[in-house]
Order: sequence, then C-alpha cells, then structure tokens
Amino acid sequence: MRGATHAKWAACAAAVALAATACGGGGSSDSGGGGDGSSVLSASWGDPQNPLEPANTNEVQGGKVLDMVFRGLKRYDPKTGKAEDMLADKIDTTDSQNFTVTIKSGWKFSNGEAVTAKSFVDAWNYGASLKNNQKNAYFFGYIEGYDKVHPDSGSQSATTLTGLKVTGTDTFTIKLTQKFSTFPDTLGYAAYSPLPSTFFSDHAAWLKKPVGNGPYTISSYTKGSQMKLVKWDGYTGTDKAENGGVTLKVYTDNNTAYTDLMAGNLDLVDDIPASQLKNVKSDLGSRYINTPAGIIQTLAFPYYDKNWNKSGSEKVRTGLSMAINRDQITNTIFQKTRTPATDWTSPVLGTEGGFQDGLCGDACKYNPTEAKKLVQEGGGIPGGQVKITYNADTGSHKEWVDAVCNSINNALGNDKACVGNPVGTFADFRNQIGQHKMTGPFRAGWQMDYPLIQNFLQPLYYTNASSNDGQWSNKDFDKLVDQANAETDTSKAIKLFQQAEGVVRDNMAAIPLWYQNGSAGYSDRLSNVALNPFSVPVYNEIKVS
Amino acid sequence: MGRYVIRRLLQMIPVFIGATLLIFLMVNVMGDPIAGLCGERQCDPATAAQLKREFGLDKPVWQQYLTYMGNVFTGDFGTAFTGQKVTELMSTAFPVTIRLTVVAIVFEVVIGITLGVLTGLKRGRPIDTTVLLLTLVVISVPTFVTGLLLQLLLGVEWGWIKPSVSPEATFSELIVPGLVLASVSLAYVTRLTRTSIAENRRSDYVRTAVAKGLPRHRVIIRHLLRNSLIPVVTFIGTDIGALMGGAIVTERIFNIHGVGYQLYQGIVRQNTQTVVGFVTVLVLVFLIANLLVDLLYAVLDPRIRYA
Amino acid sequence: MPEQPFEPERAIAGTGMGGAMDLAASEAETLEQQSSAASGGRAPGGPEGTGPSGKPHSLWSDAWRDLRRNPVFIISALVILFLVVISLWPSLIASGNPLKCDLAKAQEGSQPGHPFGYDGQGCDVYTRTVYGTRTSVTVGVLATLGVAIFGSVLGGLAGFFGGVWDSILSRLTDIFFAIPVVLGGLVLLSVVTSNTVWPVIGFMVLLGWPQISRIARGSVITAKQNDYVQAARALGASNSRLLLRHITPNAVAPVIVVATIALGTYISLEATLSYLGVGLKPPTVSWGIDISAASQYIRNAPHMLLWPAGALAITVLAFIMLGDAVRDALDPKLR
Repeated sequence: MRGATHAKWAACAAAVALAATACGGGGSSDSGGGGDGSSVLSASWGDPQNPLEPANTNEVQGGKVLDMVFRGLKRYDPKTGKAEDMLADKIDTTDSQNFTVTIKSGWKFSNGEAVTAKSFVDAWNYGASLKNNQKNAYFFGYIEGYDKVHPDSGSQSATTLTGLKVTGTDTFTIKLTQKFSTFPDTLGYAAYSPLPSTFFSDHAAWLKKPVGNGPYTISSYTKGSQMKLVKWDGYTGTDKAENGGVTLKVYTDNNTAYTDLMAGNLDLVDDIPASQLKNVKSDLGSRYINTPAGIIQTLAFPYYDKNWNKSGSEKVRTGLSMAINRDQITNTIFQKTRTPATDWTSPVLGTEGGFQDGLCGDACKYNPTEAKKLVQEGGGIPGGQVKITYNADTGSHKEWVDAVCNSINNALGNDKACVGNPVGTFADFRNQIGQHKMTGPFRAGWQMDYPLIQNFLQPLYYTNASSNDGQWSNKDFDKLVDQANAETDTSKAIKLFQQAEGVVRDNMAAIPLWYQNGSAGYSDRLSNVALNPFSVPVYNEIKVS
Repeated sequence: MGRYVIRRLLQMIPVFIGATLLIFLMVNVMGDPIAGLCGERQCDPATAAQLKREFGLDKPVWQQYLTYMGNVFTGDFGTAFTGQKVTELMSTAFPVTIRLTVVAIVFEVVIGITLGVLTGLKRGRPIDTTVLLLTLVVISVPTFVTGLLLQLLLGVEWGWIKPSVSPEATFSELIVPGLVLASVSLAYVTRLTRTSIAENRRSDYVRTAVAKGLPRHRVIIRHLLRNSLIPVVTFIGTDIGALMGGAIVTERIFNIHGVGYQLYQGIVRQNTQTVVGFVTVLVLVFLIANLLVDLLYAVLDPRIRYA
Repeated sequence: MPEQPFEPERAIAGTGMGGAMDLAASEAETLEQQSSAASGGRAPGGPEGTGPSGKPHSLWSDAWRDLRRNPVFIISALVILFLVVISLWPSLIASGNPLKCDLAKAQEGSQPGHPFGYDGQGCDVYTRTVYGTRTSVTVGVLATLGVAIFGSVLGGLAGFFGGVWDSILSRLTDIFFAIPVVLGGLVLLSVVTSNTVWPVIGFMVLLGWPQISRIARGSVITAKQNDYVQAARALGASNSRLLLRHITPNAVAPVIVVATIALGTYISLEATLSYLGVGLKPPTVSWGIDISAASQYIRNAPHMLLWPAGALAITVLAFIMLGDAVRDALDPKLR
C-alpha cells in the first residue's frame, strides 16, 4: 500500500525541493499529481492563546487558522516571501506617507457579504481601539490618530483613526504620522485582514466560528481540541484549496503529534521535536521538509544591569559569542534544522532584501582561545557565572541552552562558567524580562511579522522599541533607522538598515545564534507539502490522495 | 444517619473555602499573567492595564478572592484568556476525565482486587512473591516513563493502539491511558487487599463459616471479601479525586483533552480563572467522594452506625 | 477519657503523590489497630511492657530480632547503605566530572571507560548517574524527615489534646489533601528561581505533611486509650511525661513505616516534576533531570533512560522493601 504511492510523492517532493510547482497546480484543483481535491487531511495544532480575532493573534497557532480563513491586501508568496497584491488592486503613494488603496472588486466573505473598503477600515479601527484589547494594536501605530484611539495611559478620546478614510466602495486612504516607505509591504500581516459586518453585529457568534474571505471556511470548532476547516467553493482568489479540507488537532506535546504521524494517525506535523530529528530520515524518508523560515534565535543582554553595560563588556559578549560552537550544536542537537547565524536578520530576506551572509565575521565563529582572551580582556564574566535564562514550558529550549553552556564552559575551561536558568512558564519569563530582573543573557527568539529587514532591526534594537527587551540603546542606530524609514527608494532604505545592523554588530548588542528552519513531516497520503517563510504549512496547496 | 450527613456537609464548608483560598493564593504567587499574552514583546502598557482591569487583577488578592467566590456561587467561573467561559471548558474536559477515571477504577477494582485476593489466600507461595515484586516495580518506575514506553511499544512498534486519544475519547481509546493512570494505585489496591485478606482469613468468623461447612467460594466472597474491602474501598474512594487531578502527566502523554490538560494549560499560561475553577470542582469531588466512602462503611460493616 | 466523636478513621486520602503514602498510611493504620488489638494479650511494649516469657522486651526488640533474620531487610538495608556511601563520596566509584560534556559524543553508546555511554549533551551517563545519587537521596531523605517531623508533631499533639485543636487540624489536613500534589508542584515550583534542592524539598513537606499527621493523630488516639497510659495518668504523670515516655514509643511505629515507603515516592516525584519542567535546575545533577531529558530520546538512545531510571527504581524499591520489612516486623499478628 505504501509502495504504490511512493513514487508519486517522491517525485512531487523532489519537485518542491526544486521550487517548481509541478505538483502545486495553478488555480485549478485537478492538475498535477495525486489528490482528487476532496479528501481531508489532519494536521497538528496548538491551542491558540488568544481569541481568533485577526488583530489579537500574535502566535503561530492562531496564525495558521487566520492564514487559511483570511486574505488581506497583500500576501507573502509562500516560496519567496515577497509581498504580492492579493485583494489590493493597487496601493499608490507619492510621498511614502499618504497612501491610496484600491481593492479588487468581486471578493466575498464566506457568508456572502462583499469585501469592500469599509470591511478593511472597520477592521483596522477595531484593531487599533484600546477598548477591544487587541494585542496587535501597535501594528496600526503609524496611522494618524492612533494616539487618540489608543493612548499610552488614560482613556481613549476617539474610536476611529483619523488617518483612515473610505473614499468609495473599493477605495480608501491611509495617512501615516511619518514617512514609511515599506509600509505597503507590511500589509500582508494577518492583523490587517478585512472583517465582515457580522464580526461587529454578533461578535460572540463570530468568535465561535470565525467567518473570513479565505480559501477555507470553518465547519466546526471545538475549542481546545480541534477545528475542522473545509474548502470554500465560492472562494474568489486564485489560490484555491487543493484539498477538501484540513482538520487541525490540538496537541499538548509535539512528541505525541510525531508519534501519531508515525502510527498513521495524523497526516501532517509541523515543528518536529528536536529529539526526533535523528529518526526523521528513517521514519519518513523524503516525507520530511526542512526549509528556512524568518526566525532568528539570539541571546539578548540586560543593558539595564551595569555589569553588562560598561566599557569592555562588548568584549565579554564577543568572547561569549566566540565560545559557542554553533556548527556542532546545530548539527547535533538540531540535526541541521537550524543554520549558524552570521548576521542579525534572516536568509529568507534574500540578499536584495537586506540579508548579509557573514556580516558577523569572526565574532560568530567558534574560537575557544580567542574567546577566553576576549572575556579576560573585557574584565571577565560579571559575577563569575553566566546564567542563560529561558522558559522551560515550551519549545525544548533546555537542550540547546545546556549545549551552549557546555560549549562556553569547555571553551573557557571552567565547568561553572555558564549555567542554564529555566523559568517555569513563558508568562513568568516575560514578566521577569518586563520587570528588568534579568542578571545575564536570556533567550530571545524573533519570528518576523513580515519579511522586511526593518522588522528584524527596529522592534529589537531601537531605543524603547516593543521587543527591545534588553533596553539596548544607541543613538547612531536610531538615527540610521529613522533615515531608512524616511527613504522612499527601497534599495537605499535597505542600505541604511544594513548600516544600522553594522552598529549592532560593532557593539555585539545581542549574540546571534542560529536561523531557525521550519520543519515538517507528513504521511504518504499527502503531496506538495511546503512551509512558507513563517514556518506555517501552505495548507491550501497540499494534495491528499 | 441524616444528622451525620448534615454534620459532614457543614464541615465541608471550611475545607472548601480553605482549599480554594489556598489554590487561589498559590496561583497568585505565580505573578502577572498578562505579560505572557503578547508573545516575544512587551504588551503595550494601555492594553495590559485594561486587561488587568477586566480580569480584576488590579485589585488586592483578598478582594479578587471574594469576588471570585461570589461569582462561583452564582455559577460563574469566569473567562479564560482565550475568551472562553471556564464552565464551557469544564463541560468538555470533565466528561473525558470522568471516562478516564472510570477506566482506571475498573482496572483497580477488577485486577487489583483479584490479584489481592489471590495473593492474600496464597501468601508466601511463588505467585504471591511474583505479584509482590511486580507491584513494587510498578510503584518504583515513574508514571511518565511507563506511559512513554507503553505508547512507543503498543502505539508505534506493535501498532496495537493509536498512540494518542481522539477528541471524542471513547472508552476503547482510553484503555491503555487508563491502565497507565491506574498503574500505581493498582499496585496499592493489590497490596492492600492482600494484607487485609491475609489478616481476616485467620479471624473467628471465617473459621466459623468454614466449620459450618459453607462452600469455599461463598466463604471467600460473602465473608472474607466483604470484610476485607473496607480499607480497599477507602483507598479507591479517596483515589477518585487524586486520579482526576493527577492525570496531568497521563493526559499530556496521550494527548487527552481532559481536566489534566486544562490544568496544565492553565498553569503554563497562568490562567487563574481556569486553574482555580477546575481545582474548585476537584475539591468538591474529593470531599463528596470522602463522604460517600464513609457512608459505604456502614454498608460493608453493619457494626458501624452513624448518628 | 475525653470522648472522641465517632468518625471512621479515614485511613487514606489520595492526593496524587503516587498514592504511595496513602497506601502506606492505610497499611500502617491496619497495623496500628492490630497492635492495639493485640495489646489485650500482651503488653504492647514500652518500658512497662513485659513479654510472655517474663523477660522485659519491647515491640522494638522483637522487631529488631525479626528484622535481623529477614533477607528482604538485609538486602534493602545493604542497598541503602551503599547509596548513602556513594552520595557522600561519589568520587569513590566515579572518577569523571558530571558537568564535563562533549557534544561531539552525544548519544553514543557504551564504550571502554564509559560503560553506560553518553547522554544527549555528550555527558558521561555513568558519572552523572553516580553523582545524581546524592541529590536524589538527599531530596528523598530530607523531604521525608521534614514531613515526618512536621506531620507527627502536629498530628500527635492534635490527637493527644483533642477538642478544638483536633478539629482545626483535621480540617487543615483536609484542605491540603484536596490539592492535587502534581498540580501544587507545577504552580508553586514554576516561580522558583533558586537552583538548589531546597524549594523542591520545601514543596514536598508543605503538601506531604498531612498524610503523616493523620497517621500520627490516629495512633496517638489509640495509644492514649491504652490501660497503661490511663494508669500512668491516674498516677499523676504530667502531659509531657505521658507523651514522651508512654505514648510516643507506642505510636511511632506506623509513622516510621509510612515514612520509609513515602521516601521512595518523593524520589520518584522529583523525576515527575523534572518531566513537567519544574523540578531541580542545572547545574544540579539528579536522576530526575536525567530521566526526563532521556525520555525524549527513548527511541534513539534507550541507554540514556535505562541507567538513571534503573538507579531510581532500585533506590525506591530498596526503601519500599525496607518499609515493608519494618512493617511486617512491627506487626505482632504476622509473627
């Protein structure tokens, strides 16, 4: 039974690897390899942390659903990551500050309602408004009037953004508070999705069973355990679902999901647990994919702590960076599902997008003797011991933190130089970071919101930025970022961002560890499985036989 | 009898309040849950403040507790961060865990008592020694190791069962998880029954019954077993609460979406409402199971009368 | 004698701590009832007790005589002695450094000089297993000591004085019983930042004491109704003399039995806590940490799991068997 379909999916998998679309088929559901377009596949899922509102979903699990149920103005190409027009017919600007959006007509929500300019403006106003508790509200922060709708303290004095105006059924204008040349490219993010009027009129019912304009509709949703999505035949876009539907099953432990895949109880597992990676080849053969994703793992430092923010401590940081044997750890612990980092962005940006292979230079290469020397020159490790703080509840961080510490200990010749410091829960980990309680480096993972170099630098290293957890601050860096954002010419803007990244490097603001790949395994019923640059499976292209 | 039950019910009130207060305080020690909601970044201060206000987290702990208990008595267990009513979570989680607990208890009763009677009657024989050693081994290996091993062997290597349990969680799917959950208790029931049987075997009434010429199986079932069951019933009765709340490990391994899963999620996400709500119900189950056990004594031992 | 409101002694109350102590409690209680039942025929010990032969010997000397001849006791005692010695001086049998790891050797199997192979970080499994003994035995012994002292003092006093004290304590016991232990561990230990063994031990004592307390209370109540205690009271013995000289020696047996059996479950509980991510923290070396790490690699490198889990099972087994042997020895009916 296995043998019969073997050749077919092997061919498709090979084709995917070559970035061809032999099995994908363009718009029609009957082209390409296996799959009659009506079979349903089951896939691993995690319980979303927040209600499934587009502007309230900030993690991958909820993101998976939004990606199936919604389409926004732009969509990031599942392969290249380039922002391409989806609902947007055109987005015009002359000054990088005022934009006129024209949407394609004919798009509908799955309840039959037409998608209009108002669907977007209402959704964005909802997302930005303080009273709705939307955790991604800051995405609307560049739009004029945000400070009224979402003040830092006190109550809001307006409910709609003055920067958004509906000018016709299919057109609206956006006014930003500052120049932001790459703004249109951010619009593929799920928070910018349009919402149907039922979202506002019967919110509770909508939450029970979200309605959107994407290739799938939700047929049933048992919170905390599973969601059944079925192909929506009335879908307007060209990226129609190639399968009959997707059943997302919640797993507490991705080890169990993998075990289920092996037992033929599940079709698709994304995020294969590190401990199983060694078996993947023998268990799945070529039904395993490992593709770069826009995720970088770094070690951030507490710059509010004087010990880490004095002259010479950049030498200690560089020394620590050189004490980490990235090649060995990514090969052994992660079985090559991570790539040693050589800059502070991600290869998925591509060179023209700003990725600079080798920017970090020797500072990211394993060199125990130089490491020892630099740490000594920098005045030694503050307190005599580095504690790497991480959260122990998710993501099997313990394994790599222990490995990083062992690497540092071996390099510095002191078996107590570095020790992992697990924090029980992610919430508590974030709490301690927020309250500036870190005394040493801590895990900092960054998954891009949209594939722009700006997204890898500004939120993490700009003074007081939302994810600048270590409170690093550098005037030169800030100035370069401001200049880059104001630059209307994209390639010039990227050059400026790269200069800013150079400042990060010179100060070793954070130690880049590795670029994280997306990994997934699938059953022999599936073909044409791929992960997009956000490490989310491209569900609509999967074929089921 | 009626007065006894009323007295016991009244005694439950302070225990109930104390236990819920204890868990409330414990969950509060975990700190601010809001920080974990915003992913790898700071929540913006305005949203964070508003969320705190809505969940009542800006009030002092005692006030939060009073408000919470007030709501509980009107049937409102609050809302989880996912926007779901905790009662809604309970209505999906408890049936699953109750089924799992039933499976576990059936194992305890059927296998545990049978083995216990067998070994108790054949004390010192090879079968006794073998079972004794087996129970000791079961006790000394942590449950998660047993669970993972069984899952790997039965679910993957031999393909006898599905390695995980579907959301429907039917009885047949719960057999292996139920066995894992019951394993330690099973060992205890066996040992407990064995001790009890061995001891009562020498008692006067058994000798009398044998002397009267009653058939052997009748002596064992009507006289010996009935009198030996008191400690076993006590154990099983009080084990119900422990099984339901202690299924965190088993439910995690077999991906069962029951009480243990909800508690684990609740703790990891510091979801006070979920954790306190579920524990409140577990405390009630525990108290009522204890009461039922005590009432069962009277059935098993006619000498016990409640006034 | 103050009247005790009749309430069936609930022998056990499960809290999910493996149930071990529950059972132990119940078995011990049976034993304690038996010994008091037996007290009609022969004095149950204590300085006042005299055996049928007329030579004064106590429950304890009887028990000791039994134990010396019991192979189960001898084997488990020897195992425990061995464990204690290597916890104190692990370098006696392991020359390596448990923190010295070479990732290049990760998951490698047995080889000369490294009989148990390497773990996922490339640390020597043998060395870590030997060094882990100290932590695991320390956790077990200290948690048990804490629980036994705290629980028996509270329970004993409540049982002796009765009345309001007793009611308050009994309800307090119920409160702690009602909280599932694994759950309590997840909540309390998830906020701990210290990497010593103390928070874990503290948590075990906090949620474990009611079990011993309940046993101690029960056996003190039974003991104080004995004729010889009544006699001593009639002769004008003070409360403290009654408690220390007459009641404690006769009431302590069940506590010891439960404690030895419970010790094993604490060691096992530490592993479960590590599996849930709230156990001991590095650079502490413990079986629990290693078992939970190894459980992820169960398919590729079962040797990683086998050795620490085996060591844990043997230790738990030794303590439970010791407790069992002691219980049998203290049970006059089985003599």
